[in-house]
Amino acid sequence: MVLRVKNLSVARGGVAVLEGVSFTLAPSDALVVKGPNGIGKTTLLRTVAGLQPAFKGTVEAPEDSLAYAAHSDGLKSMLSVAENLEFWAHVFGQKDITQAVDAFDLSDLRNRLAGSLSAGQKRRLGLARLLVTARPIWILDEPTVSLDTASVALFAQAVQRHLSSGGSALLATHIDLGLQANILDVGPFKAVAGATAISGYDEAFL
Amino acid sequence: MRALLKRDLILAFRAGGGFGLGIAFFLIVVVLVPFSVGPESGLLTKIAPGVLWLGALLACLLSLDRILALDWEDGTLDLMATAPLPLEAVVTVKALAHWMTTGVPLVVAAPLFGVLLNLPPQGFVWLVVSLALGTPALSVIGTFGAALTVGLKRGGLLLSLLILPLYVPTLIFGAELARRGAEGQAVSTPLLMLAGISFGVIALLPFASALVLRVNLR
Repeated sequence: MVLRVKNLSVARGGVAVLEGVSFTLAPSDALVVKGPNGIGKTTLLRTVAGLQPAFKGTVEAPEDSLAYAAHSDGLKSMLSVAENLEFWAHVFGQKDITQAVDAFDLSDLRNRLAGSLSAGQKRRLGLARLLVTARPIWILDEPTVSLDTASVALFAQAVQRHLSSGGSALLATHIDLGLQANILDVGPFKAVAGATAISGYDEAFL
Repeated sequence: MRALLKRDLILAFRAGGGFGLGIAFFLIVVVLVPFSVGPESGLLTKIAPGVLWLGALLACLLSLDRILALDWEDGTLDLMATAPLPLEAVVTVKALAHWMTTGVPLVVAAPLFGVLLNLPPQGFVWLVVSLALGTPALSVIGTFGAALTVGLKRGGLLLSLLILPLYVPTLIFGAELARRGAEGQAVSTPLLMLAGISFGVIALLPFASALVLRVNLR
């Protein structure tokens, strides 16, 4: 379950933002993507997750191995915490949500509607979703937004357990989770402005 | 897939889910038509199949932008695209859920509303048959429109404009089937055409919907 990214260029709105990014993510490895706002971290992660096509270069990952968590958690406010998790567990062919509920300390909130949770509790529920996917490679975009210190520690533990059981994680985050992680600073990969506008890009017609 | 269908149905029935919107609109149209065209029962009998079909179509149109827009706003569609479920299956299930929450109540309520419009007794069966055959096509075509406009804020207007021309064949043959049924004429031509349209769009449009959804998610 190795994720290989070779010479990847990613584009946002038809303009290349990062060029020539290469890395390999082996089992039990964590890689933290760093860089200033707007450099293209989210675009890079979305491209690796397969949500948008690569402008150049390749992303090689085993089929059905990626789990993606973005800024928005994909929660339904009129479903309870357990119903939200059970839905995603079924979509990913899993049954048991107890482990995910316990890992993010959600057992007291199981029957609350997701709409009545605080921002941090919603985020914890969104992250608990990763555990019910049973996918080995996690792609996390700013996972710790609106989490307090205790919840960040819970999250760090969950990632640590995931890594020690042979999983891997690609994270874009600004805070130190205390993980044994490699750092990928995407600053040097910034695309030269205007030089690589994609010709024939059909965004204007979509 | 079953989990997605179950979730969509639960969401539709819970507060703010929009179940009943279509049927309430249908009821309003049907109740108001006799007031606006006058109480002459011969005229009402004549226009009943067409009015019932038009009301059902507009009721269907009313709830289309909810099919995918809500899932897009809260990020569910992004996560769904990375899930093992193919997007073709997602849009098919979404259309099925829309049909079950909008189309089926319309089909069930149509005979009752037919009474309000003085529909002749022999027309009831064919009205129900035409709606049961035609409303799945409305949901599937509507899901295609919802997929086309999913990223747009206030995409409802564009959605209606894009979808209405695609609805016209279904409306023509559906209303024709109901009219011929009510007048006791031979129904096989519009029946077969309507069935053909429905099965054709059910077979083909989910692929188009999934394709435009992928483009819109970029």
